[in-house]
Amino acid sequence: MTRSPATPTLAQGENARPGRAARSGLVGYGYWWWTVPALVLTGTVIYLATASGAFYAFTNWTGIGPYNFVGVSNFVKVFQTPQLLGALVNTVLLAVGFVVFTNLIGLGFALALNRTLKTRYLLRTLIFLPVVLSPVAVSFIWKFIFAYNGPLNQILGDVGLGSLRHNWLAVPKLALGCVLVVMVWQSIGFVSVVYLAGLATVPAELEEAAAIDGAGMWRRFRRITLPLIQPSLAIATTLTLIQGLRVFDQVMALTGGGPDNATQTLATEIYQQTFTYQEFGLGAAMALLLTVFILVFTVAQLALTRDRT
Amino acid sequence: MFRYTKRTLILEIVTILAALVLLAPFWILIAGAFKTGNQVLTTSSFAPPTHPTLSNFTTLLSPSGSQSGNIWQGLLSSVLITAGSIIALVALGSAAAYVLARSTRAWSTRAYYIFLGAIVLPTQLGTLPLYIGARHLGLVGNFWGMIVVYTGFLLPLAVFLYAGFYRNLPRDYEEAASIDGASRFKVFARVVFPLMSPATGSVAILAGLIVWNDFFTALIFLNGSRWQTLPVVMYNFVGSLVSQWNLIFAVVIISMVPILVFYVFTQKKFIQAYAGGLKG
Repeated sequence: MTRSPATPTLAQGENARPGRAARSGLVGYGYWWWTVPALVLTGTVIYLATASGAFYAFTNWTGIGPYNFVGVSNFVKVFQTPQLLGALVNTVLLAVGFVVFTNLIGLGFALALNRTLKTRYLLRTLIFLPVVLSPVAVSFIWKFIFAYNGPLNQILGDVGLGSLRHNWLAVPKLALGCVLVVMVWQSIGFVSVVYLAGLATVPAELEEAAAIDGAGMWRRFRRITLPLIQPSLAIATTLTLIQGLRVFDQVMALTGGGPDNATQTLATEIYQQTFTYQEFGLGAAMALLLTVFILVFTVAQLALTRDRT
Repeated sequence: MFRYTKRTLILEIVTILAALVLLAPFWILIAGAFKTGNQVLTTSSFAPPTHPTLSNFTTLLSPSGSQSGNIWQGLLSSVLITAGSIIALVALGSAAAYVLARSTRAWSTRAYYIFLGAIVLPTQLGTLPLYIGARHLGLVGNFWGMIVVYTGFLLPLAVFLYAGFYRNLPRDYEEAASIDGASRFKVFARVVFPLMSPATGSVAILAGLIVWNDFFTALIFLNGSRWQTLPVVMYNFVGSLVSQWNLIFAVVIISMVPILVFYVFTQKKFIQAYAGGLKG
């Protein structure tokens, strides 16, 4: 991977040969070296950095001074420390919940806002609003909503469900659900925009014809709409899965990983192990796990959603 | 068949209600930001402020406030870092993608795949060694360092977006310009690049939003420095304000205003950039 910045050299060799003008006619389209700054930057900041991160995952480096190779002991530690294993489980739970709920609710809004509604353009703009905001800022609003004196408990009290009142973010089992709610809430608008783009390609005549032939709403959705929006489904589920696995901001702002580490995720543990406890090797090992997770899940997800067409 | 029937009306009402529930947190935020600390605790969160007050905002933003320096500096830092990253991304990304999209040679396909692969690779793992590297070079807590990191992270996306647009651009313009004697650089800068403004818009919106809202990288590289961006400033600030919700709401609103103003003016383009840009 560290070889990627070398590609321009290769380019130079090939491009220096005569016959370039013949290939592209009389017109030159820029020079090969215009790609060099971008390639060098991507090569270092992404490939070289990732490769050396993967290297440190097998060491006991603290970030300063000498280090030793420790084999896979960082990874063993992740799976043997309940707190770290818990972070891994939480990450998967949040990611799966995030994919399921954002896509169901987002698709619901997209179907409703696709045609005929008079307010559809206004509503599309409004439900997209949370998407553009900083997750940290948004999480602070929700921190108030979940507070003991906050609006959620206030509503519960008003409708006579006072017994369900909780200090939501302080109960380990509920706190993870709260993080999920905030994640889902902020991404519904994004997912529905992706589905709306897909729905725009479904010809109305096709649905009309099916309706005349007596197909009910569910059948039309299942047999016509869903197969035609398969590409949107693949994009939306893959992107939400990646986003879900990387969850960091909402946890930091809402709970800081607490109570009692109940909401720690891979990303928050990477941050804390590396920068709070100076366990650079361990942090890198968790980051490598996260990277492998994302790559494996993404490939599996794409294979699954593409095959059904 | 898609006429407006009674059922459509019911669907419309249900959808509007669902959207209102979805947007309720914004109402809570706005109502709370204009109440005093006492009113936030004593009145219903959904009740509008009886005596709207700007005191939360003046406390935060007036020069005498203890935090106003941090907030203004955070705003400046966010604007400079976002603008710098967008400029670098547009300059490097448009030029690189142009050559890659127009060249028919094998190396350009390979180079293009290098960028595509980098889009899939998550940045968390690379961030840790980058931090060490930047510490060596004295680029931690420095806004130039931050621009370099963000530009590197987002260049693959920029190249990908630009390349898609270039492929749909007929070569006639370039041929005409170069027959008229324009140099390759002039053809690109005066003819091609101006035609690419939709691509530039998409890159600026997507990358700008990602940089503006980024927390993970900014927290690692800038925490405690004078170039902390708004999310980091807000995070530290709220940590120091235990349950002073009126002030928290005000700082949240301050951090949202720039992006909301931007969104209101460009919302159609914004949604298009998202729907089109993230397909890939």
